[in-house]
Amino acid sequence: MSVKDKVIEIIAEQAVLETSDVTMESTLEDLGIDSLGLVESIFAIEEAFDITVPFNANEPSESDFDISSVATIVAGIDKLVAEQA
Amino acid sequence: MKRVVITGAGTINALGHNVQDTWDAMKEGRSGIGPLEFRDVERLSIRIGGQVHGFETEGLFNRQQMALYDRFTQFALQAARQAVAQSGLEFSGELAAKSGVILGTSGGGMQTLDENYRTVYEDGKNRVHPFVVPKLMNNAAASHVSMEFNLKGPSFTVATACASSNHAMSQAFQMVRSGMAPVMVSGGSESMLCFGGVKAWEGLRVMSKDGCRPFSANRNGMVQGEGAGVFVFEEYEHAKARGAEILAEVAGFAMSSDASDIVMPSKQGAARAIKGALTDGQINPEDVGYINAHGTGTAANDKTECAAVADVFGIHADRLMISSTKSMHGHLIGGTGAVELLACIMALREGVIAPTINYEEPDPECALDVVPNEAREAKVDVVLSNAFAFGGLNAVIALKKAA
Repeated sequence: MSVKDKVIEIIAEQAVLETSDVTMESTLEDLGIDSLGLVESIFAIEEAFDITVPFNANEPSESDFDISSVATIVAGIDKLVAEQA
Repeated sequence: MKRVVITGAGTINALGHNVQDTWDAMKEGRSGIGPLEFRDVERLSIRIGGQVHGFETEGLFNRQQMALYDRFTQFALQAARQAVAQSGLEFSGELAAKSGVILGTSGGGMQTLDENYRTVYEDGKNRVHPFVVPKLMNNAAASHVSMEFNLKGPSFTVATACASSNHAMSQAFQMVRSGMAPVMVSGGSESMLCFGGVKAWEGLRVMSKDGCRPFSANRNGMVQGEGAGVFVFEEYEHAKARGAEILAEVAGFAMSSDASDIVMPSKQGAARAIKGALTDGQINPEDVGYINAHGTGTAANDKTECAAVADVFGIHADRLMISSTKSMHGHLIGGTGAVELLACIMALREGVIAPTINYEEPDPECALDVVPNEAREAKVDVVLSNAFAFGGLNAVIALKKAA
């Protein structure tokens, strides 16, 4: 499973949606994921890829990790996975 | 209804091991926050906190006591000893039968829990010390205080996360005010600075890696502290009759529940508690000179709290002072309201307002007088102490200058 598919699967599960409902353009807000849902998703992503995501809920816009859409999240995870390899 | 006064105060926290040292640190705007020191700290991403250093238990507690006292109980007893000694009270007969102790804590004996989970899970041992349960239970501190001072009246523990101490002291206040008890020992204690305690907080991603900067635009989260604050709440006539020194009067309190979210604060819930404390104490909003803020240094709390204060006080919000001493001693969770009440008593008694240190950049969403970086001399007659807990449970206490 690609990074993109796995991330979408995690986000869809969090949002209680089908993976087909989650597009790369979707924002977490669109999907109904709140602040607790976000930290839970990040935790699931960290566990799935065995990475550490630099995210602080107090300054989401200043974290190195861009959560503005599914596409930016996937790009961020791609980068973290590549750095780990 | 009876009037309620404070005739004793005690503390141990990252700023000092007693009230005077804590006040001195608050006046100097000194930080008690630094690198955490305990086993496995290198496995944490959050490695700072307001830890109590140099607390030597030898001479304070004997061997049998040490076997029964988690660190949060040690802190509570140490603070209670100072408070009761200052009050000059000795509990016997009728006074002992009616007086009690109500303490706040969130984690209880978390050090004991952490150590013993490590023993059975990580070290694979199958035997733990026989006193694990009486050490870790949340009411251990209150029970040991009751035993040490012979307090035989209503005694229990309140656990409402970050508002535990304020809820506990509100209960004690009500009991003395109603005439149910002549004296109540009250406050709170916390010691969660251990690997498991900090690891759990880390998960929520609300902790700062580099410092506690309440109300500052560049704040990035809370920093945890540890310690205790304990007070003697006494019925006014009882205190007066024996010529006791009165540190402050407890004027009112209120509690409210947001009934909305398990972690996000609510402006309405906070405002209802603040307004309720004023109403309960029959206090004019214009008479409030200082508020010790909940001021955790998270993005959400500080702006919500400032908005609530602005709502309740209107134009007076710009004239009163509001500071967060968590910037210095860290967030003591279940013990925090008790240590913060010391800043309120200092404001009333010493005429010095404790600062919000680490204030670097104004935030338009926190545009109140937060007493940035330096303590300020000011004469205030009425002060409030705010506490807004996870779970949306709020408790605000009002103090007045001793008349």
